[in-house]
Amino acid sequence: MTIKTRYPTGQEAIAVKGWLGAHRFLILRRVSQGFFLFLFLMGPWFGIWWVAGSLSGSRTFDVLPLTDPFILLQGIVAGHWPELTALIGALIVLAVYALIGGRVYCAWVCPINPVTDAAHWLHVRLGLQKGWQRKKSTRLWLLGTTLAVSALTGTIAWEVINPITMLHRGLVFGMGFAWALVIAVFVFDLAVARRGWCGHICPVGAFYGLIGAKSLLRVSAVNRAACDDCMDCFAVCPENQVIAPALRGKPGETPLILSPDCTNCGRCIDVCSVDVFAFTNRFDNRVNDHEQVADKAA
Amino acid sequence: MPAAAPLSHHRRRFLLETARMAGGCVVAGGVLAYLARDARALPAEALRPPGALPEADFLAACIRCGLCVRDCPYDTLTLAELGVDGAATGTPFFTARKIPCEMCDDIPCVAACPTGALDPALRDIDDARMGTAVLVDQENCLNFLGLRCDVCYRVCPVIDEAITLELSHNARSGHHAIFAPTVHADKCTGCGKCEQSCVLPEAAIKVLPVRLARGTSADHYRKGWEEKDAKGAPVVEGIIDLPDRLPGPGTDNLAAPGGYEAFKPAFTLPGARQ
Repeated sequence: MTIKTRYPTGQEAIAVKGWLGAHRFLILRRVSQGFFLFLFLMGPWFGIWWVAGSLSGSRTFDVLPLTDPFILLQGIVAGHWPELTALIGALIVLAVYALIGGRVYCAWVCPINPVTDAAHWLHVRLGLQKGWQRKKSTRLWLLGTTLAVSALTGTIAWEVINPITMLHRGLVFGMGFAWALVIAVFVFDLAVARRGWCGHICPVGAFYGLIGAKSLLRVSAVNRAACDDCMDCFAVCPENQVIAPALRGKPGETPLILSPDCTNCGRCIDVCSVDVFAFTNRFDNRVNDHEQVADKAA
Repeated sequence: MPAAAPLSHHRRRFLLETARMAGGCVVAGGVLAYLARDARALPAEALRPPGALPEADFLAACIRCGLCVRDCPYDTLTLAELGVDGAATGTPFFTARKIPCEMCDDIPCVAACPTGALDPALRDIDDARMGTAVLVDQENCLNFLGLRCDVCYRVCPVIDEAITLELSHNARSGHHAIFAPTVHADKCTGCGKCEQSCVLPEAAIKVLPVRLARGTSADHYRKGWEEKDAKGAPVVEGIIDLPDRLPGPGTDNLAAPGGYEAFKPAFTLPGARQ
């Protein structure tokens, strides 16, 4: 640990890169989340039907079908073999997220992400204990449970409570009491478990994580030799168990963050004042370790 | 295996952790299953779009995307909202009394459905069975009171087939007719136009889910008169056709095979008028 760990998270990066530079990916992410929501709202708000439907299934420019593969999988397990349109839509979604990282959905599209991020922000501001921390595998167990319940009840089980589609459908079609679920997720993350919903519970995230297990787009600690142990990346990362293997890797070990839990949110790139991290592809094992070599030689 | 002893500690932890996780999942899964089953109860007023699979299959097939709602040109369909509408949250339905189905020829809602929850095999909207209209309240129906309202009959898109006016004697006035709106379930699509346009403050004719609207005949029931027509002869060989009692004075006013005139009772009751 260095003295810098006592600074507020990201302070160093703001000083070096400026506020914008230290929030680049955060801003991009909010823009992306807003953009994907706005696409669906253009129809009901302005009568521009470029995109119709919701996150569970949509149609873009009257030709491109997109289907949530997890919802469709529950339907198949529940006993309904879908029509070709839905299958094609799900395959397109699967292919895209398999390429760019499944949990890119979580960080860049999911409308619940701003809610849980807000809960985390307040959680940190209030200095609350991290609370109930189940194993990360809990969400995989819940994923299995959800599929089992779908099969047993013959229904798409998770859609009964899925706050993601509830919130999205609520904003696009009509909210009802769906806001109560959203508040429940917020309170859960704020008071019960830090990063609890997205990090431990949500089977949708677990499913997308599995899709992107071998994804092309990855964050690499390419400059790990420059790391000054300020710990800011660990503080901002929603899945901070993914960082250490890459950042603290011994020479010869890959600098790539290969865990499927990584959401490719890019906050680690933002908050690093010495630019350790960068987006790259999973075959790029390059490490800029000339400084390390120089240090050792000295 | 010499390595067994140090392993057992890890194995115990692993088993304990797995058992704990499985237990938690059984509890969570139980709650989820309860909610999922609970969501299967569709209220009688909520009608599914044309071509919707039977409710149990529908809930496995509908991904709640809302494309049928978007493509409905009459804003008939809406997605059920959590805690507001009784149907499973996010699934499409309509309420006949508010906005009925206009029975578009090209059935855009079915065309929009990506999963087949609305069955693409439905090509002719007249084959849709969203429900069945039932004249639930004869005591308030104006036609049954002897008036000529006829609105449900007039608005029916399958007029004279799905709803007919059946004439009968108006016993109250003694010399008028009752034009009873009568639904024929084999033609009724359940579009809800009749329920929507019923002039009463609360509709006397309502579209109900088929499960509520209809009874079923037992499999082994046969209609004797149909069987007889089909066979062209009495169904049971050598059956004796007993005399039928006819309206008229007395209790022994009988018609017999071979004609009423020819029939003579075997005996007459003392004092009976002939």
